[in-house]
Amino acid sequence: MPLWAEITVTVFLVIAGVFGLVGSYGLVRLPDPMTRLHAPTKATTLGVGGVLIASMIYFFAAEGRISAHELLIAIFLFLTSPITALFIAKVHLHLREKPENLPTPREAAGWASYTASGPARGVRDFPPQDEPASPVADTSH
Amino acid sequence: MITSALIFAFACFSIGLLLNLWRVIVGPQKSDRILALDTMVVNAIALLILLGIWLGTGIFFEVSMLFALVGFVSTVSYCRFLLRGDIIE
Repeated sequence: MPLWAEITVTVFLVIAGVFGLVGSYGLVRLPDPMTRLHAPTKATTLGVGGVLIASMIYFFAAEGRISAHELLIAIFLFLTSPITALFIAKVHLHLREKPENLPTPREAAGWASYTASGPARGVRDFPPQDEPASPVADTSH
Repeated sequence: MITSALIFAFACFSIGLLLNLWRVIVGPQKSDRILALDTMVVNAIALLILLGIWLGTGIFFEVSMLFALVGFVSTVSYCRFLLRGDIIE
């Protein structure tokens, strides 16, 4: 394997390890759920991206073949991580926060997460400060 | 050189997995636990790809692809179950 490939793979592996560790440490360290959402969804995705780039360069330099699997995994992760972050934020907003405690948005329409689906479909009755009693038994919708 | 960088990355992602596990156990709310499980999936994908580089095989790409699919579907379905009380309405 040529020297430039070794250096590049090493740099990307070290960057990926540092970013993955920072993301997981932020998950433990940050104080409340909405800030906790910030750390892993960005930093860990960067970490996996670094590992994937290192893997592409390694297999290209060692065996001379260009593998597209890493690109597939990277595209899939970059597409799905905002969706999972949005869903987790919605779980937190709808189960733990009240709409009047949130900051008022600039538009007059209010928070789309609460108003879009209407109270009959998406939003539970507030305030469920404890765990909801039994989500299965709620067959009103 | 690559070997020591691989060991460093293995150590980083393993420590990250342990930190995520701590958040799964301690995490005061359900959203924290779901987020920690999702991060565990991402860290496990990174560990699988590192293992593929270590062993020099490409078989782990399919494994990590399946892992990413299952992790995404499980996270979304768990969130949906908590939000709506049902997964497929």
